[in-house]
Amino acid sequence: MKKEWPLWEIFIRSKSGLNHKHVGSLHATDAEMALENARDLYTRRNEGVSIWVVESKHITASDPDDSDPLFEPARDKVYRHPTFYTVPDNVSHM
Amino acid sequence: MFATLIKIRLHLQRNFCFLLQPYQIMTSVNLEAIFQSKIDDEVKIEPKDWMPDAYRKTLIRQISQHAHSEIVGMLPEGNWITRAPSLRRKLILLAKVQDEAGHGLYLYSAAETLGADRDELVQQLLTGKAKYSSIFNYPTLNWADIGAIGWLVDGAAITNQVMLTRTSYGPYARAMVRICKEESFHQRQGYELMMAMSFGSPEQKAMAQDALNRWWWPALMMFGPHDSESTHSDQASKWKIKRKSNDELRQNFVDVTVPQAEYLGLTVPDPDLRWNEERGHYDFGKINWDEFWNVVKGNGPCNRQRIQARTKAYEDGAWVREAAMAHAEKKEQRKLQPEAAVKAA
Repeated sequence: MKKEWPLWEIFIRSKSGLNHKHVGSLHATDAEMALENARDLYTRRNEGVSIWVVESKHITASDPDDSDPLFEPARDKVYRHPTFYTVPDNVSHM
Repeated sequence: MFATLIKIRLHLQRNFCFLLQPYQIMTSVNLEAIFQSKIDDEVKIEPKDWMPDAYRKTLIRQISQHAHSEIVGMLPEGNWITRAPSLRRKLILLAKVQDEAGHGLYLYSAAETLGADRDELVQQLLTGKAKYSSIFNYPTLNWADIGAIGWLVDGAAITNQVMLTRTSYGPYARAMVRICKEESFHQRQGYELMMAMSFGSPEQKAMAQDALNRWWWPALMMFGPHDSESTHSDQASKWKIKRKSNDELRQNFVDVTVPQAEYLGLTVPDPDLRWNEERGHYDFGKINWDEFWNVVKGNGPCNRQRIQARTKAYEDGAWVREAAMAHAEKKEQRKLQPEAAVKAA
């Protein structure tokens, strides 16, 4: 029986101190092969010091149609940002 | 608590949409209007966003053909890996061909975010249902061709791809950014090779000129038919998949490339080529569109050979793909039920 290799999402940490960042996907039979393929595909020019691989089917993504109820409540809370507050000119270090 | 509230809200929205105000009910007409206004506002379209079917189809066709071009593009250059004149050149060429494979894979993975199936895309290439860039149906006859491909073919590709880094579909744009970074090495190594040949012995210079003679016109054809003849252009620019027309891109390429040829002391094989002071661009001669369509239709010098090579690679690799999958499944089984696996063995 013919079966397509599963799809994996690849995340790369470009240098120590930075987050892993999604860079794309690839096909591999298992996690080990996904790591090896990610090495060859996404780090040919020193783009990374660490790789995460996650099988695509395990990722749950929010639905763009839900983005209003999800993110709108944060939009009107301007008081959560420092720029909401005025600090007098002669007060420093704040 | 907060999460529960959101869930309730989502639930209400999904199941009680009859309670919503009329303006909140989305018809496909205003979905399309919202989509177009995002495009107009330079907001990128991402995989799960609503998009018109035709946009999805156009992108799958364009991205997969782009991917196929990268994969088939390995063949003319691969032809010279074993015959590279020095270890330095061999390493460079190996790295470049490996990059082309990588570019193909970035693009296939971008096409898959639109719901395309990888195996199906590959089948479309092998059966001839999907096209790839016609340039790769020309043979690489002498070593200078490797220089000419990097300089001209990758140069033309970069002109197109730099535009595509700003294309409206996010995953395609991101793949293009990565590809453009790598293409720059491809073009420079090609030009350096052309310099070595052009400034070398008279025989070497003749080889460089011969390569330029054969690759110049096919490189100009890479931008596709004239705007007046191009069937996909209008919609593609409305959707900002394409941001410049075929003729604009071709003119850009000619304008930057002619001085590069002059530096090499080579002659561009076009008697009508001259600087037009008024336009601020080079005028150039008529493209042989009969040749272009003939190659597109499958009658180029290497069309059959290229697809044969891809088919052979695909078929010869089938047992490896199947064995690797079976091995992974067996390993997984062992992890889940160590005892059963031992008994079965």
